[in-house]
Amino acid sequence: MQNGQERSPGNEVCLEVKSLWKIFGPKPEEILRSELRRAPKKEILDQTGCVLGLRDVSFSVRKGEFFMLMGLSGSGKSTCIRCLLRLIEPTAGSILVEGEDICGYDKPKLMHLRRHTIGMVFQHFGLFPHYSVADNVAYGLKVGGTPKEERYERALKAIETVGLKGWEDYLPGSLSGGMQQRVGIARALAKDPEILLMDEPFSGLDPLIRREMQDELVELQDKLQKTIIFVTHDLHEALKLGDRIAIMRDGEIIQLGTPEDVITSPADDYVRDFVQDATPSKVLTADRIKEEPTLLLYEWQGPQVVRHMLRSARRQNAFVVNKHHQLLGLVTREIVEDLIKRGVPSIKNALIEDVPTCTSETIVEDLFPIATSSHFSIAVVDGRGRFVGEIHDRTILDSMISDKEETNDV
Amino acid sequence: MFNFPSQIRIPLATWIDQLMDWVLAHWGAFFDALGDVLLQVLLYIEKIFLWLPWFVVLILIGVVAWRALGRWWHGLIMAALLFIIGAFGYWKLSMMTLALVTSSVLISLAIGIPTGILMAQSDLFESLFRPVLDAMQTMPSFVYLIPALMLFGLGKVPAVFATIIYAVPPVIRLTNVGIRQVSKSVLEAAESLGSSSRQILFNVQLPLAFPSIMVGVNQTTMMALSMVVVASMIGARGLGLEVLLAINRIEVGRGFEAGLSIVFLAIIIDRITHALAAKQQAARR
Repeated sequence: MQNGQERSPGNEVCLEVKSLWKIFGPKPEEILRSELRRAPKKEILDQTGCVLGLRDVSFSVRKGEFFMLMGLSGSGKSTCIRCLLRLIEPTAGSILVEGEDICGYDKPKLMHLRRHTIGMVFQHFGLFPHYSVADNVAYGLKVGGTPKEERYERALKAIETVGLKGWEDYLPGSLSGGMQQRVGIARALAKDPEILLMDEPFSGLDPLIRREMQDELVELQDKLQKTIIFVTHDLHEALKLGDRIAIMRDGEIIQLGTPEDVITSPADDYVRDFVQDATPSKVLTADRIKEEPTLLLYEWQGPQVVRHMLRSARRQNAFVVNKHHQLLGLVTREIVEDLIKRGVPSIKNALIEDVPTCTSETIVEDLFPIATSSHFSIAVVDGRGRFVGEIHDRTILDSMISDKEETNDV
Repeated sequence: MFNFPSQIRIPLATWIDQLMDWVLAHWGAFFDALGDVLLQVLLYIEKIFLWLPWFVVLILIGVVAWRALGRWWHGLIMAALLFIIGAFGYWKLSMMTLALVTSSVLISLAIGIPTGILMAQSDLFESLFRPVLDAMQTMPSFVYLIPALMLFGLGKVPAVFATIIYAVPPVIRLTNVGIRQVSKSVLEAAESLGSSSRQILFNVQLPLAFPSIMVGVNQTTMMALSMVVVASMIGARGLGLEVLLAINRIEVGRGFEAGLSIVFLAIIIDRITHALAAKQQAARR
């Protein structure tokens, strides 16, 4: 998330998409001209049998920017990124790459664009199984007519960039998923393109490798300063990598903004759901993560008993309640030792009353400041001040991490 | 009235006969010329097979089989089978059969692989051509002998012609299937890197379809062998003619020797081409 501040893409527009439409079906132009163009996706399908892929999508990407296209499957994000290379022909609209509309390109110009200006990385890698790593990476240069020696030189450089030096002669089938995607990235980078399109490049990888690849991509981006357009269905990924995020649904962009914007002011319920799903600390309540205390003390217990109980429970401190189970405070080993030394028979008046508390409904995110303000556990109390459980610092962190893991795996 | 009405009669036979008459009348010269060219090629290939000393062929087959199948004793067995054919007294005839099979297969591949490529590129062409292929394969092979005979007369050329029609479908089919099986994501990647369709065909589709094409080559070869035997009925000399003569004269022993020789030949050809195909497939994994 810190990237947004560190990297500062220039103001120069590198790629601009202007009201792009894609309708799959026999007669897309008719829909474009008719009233149906504003109808919901489902209605268009029912009435014409055509599938709406993209509806009036516009955005512009600045040079060196990390631009995320995010949405669930069927939202049009993959269609959109494929249109940028015309792997799918858009029905209407224009795509300006450095000021030129590539929708009007003829075959040779389009091929030139694909060979030199834009590189693409795919979810399923799309590596050539019969070529070695080096041949895979050099392929784009080969079809572009680069002489053999130069293309292998450049391929080796790209392979080194993605950290696969020494694997040049292996076949892709013998590499792990993460390494195969590195080959995919190297292949896209070999021609030194201005723009890198990435279609869910890390979705097929397991969470650990995925995180590693994300970090490396950030480094790579810092080093190479490419313009990257990145498709993902994972909001975490979008928040982590993106300078700006475009959220898509049913073929339309419904919100476009920085990660901050998306988190703090979701455009509608759809985005809000997304944000909540992906950021559990914003929705998870204390109730979900509270624990039964391993030791709970009563106000009438004497210091000797308390010391014994603290020791056998191996705790430094414990919460104290009255006979109605209402929280009175907290007692530590030091206090107890002191009481014993002074010969005070009850712990009642020596409690630390200023202990961190929260209710069952408190959202986990709000626990962070409470937890950091004190070095004790947080006591969870109900409306009548009764003690219902406690939350350790560790538990808060664990809940964050494990929940992240889950959403990542979706 | 429960019999099929005899007034209804599709005179397909007459039409086809008329078509043949027309072809013979107008295209006769063309087929004569084609037949001459074909004959020269066939004779040349046959000459090579007959010119090779028997032990050279034995060693050659042994070594190739050893290389392809992976064990030296496999090579030895193949060479031994060929040796037994020679010991039956059928060396020359088996070489003639082999020459016919070889030329038929070469021509079949020259026709079949490009056709398969075309079929893979166009769905329309595939849907049109698929029933034709089905018909070519299910039609009793003897039927091809008649037009072949009419177009080219007796001898090797009509035999090869009929053999090609019978044997070409598998290689077409498997070339088509092999190319169509290439994963879409690989094709998309190739396209995204700026390949022309020709570059995609030669760099990606054909290499990846190669194992499948090799299976087609194997099947085509086996079918060519079986058809060459049948084609002996229109005068192609070889092991098949020997079987035919044995039938006519009711010589059980002779028929059995010739039949066994054909079986041995089939085993040798099948094992070697099959192993080559499998080897290709294994190298990809």
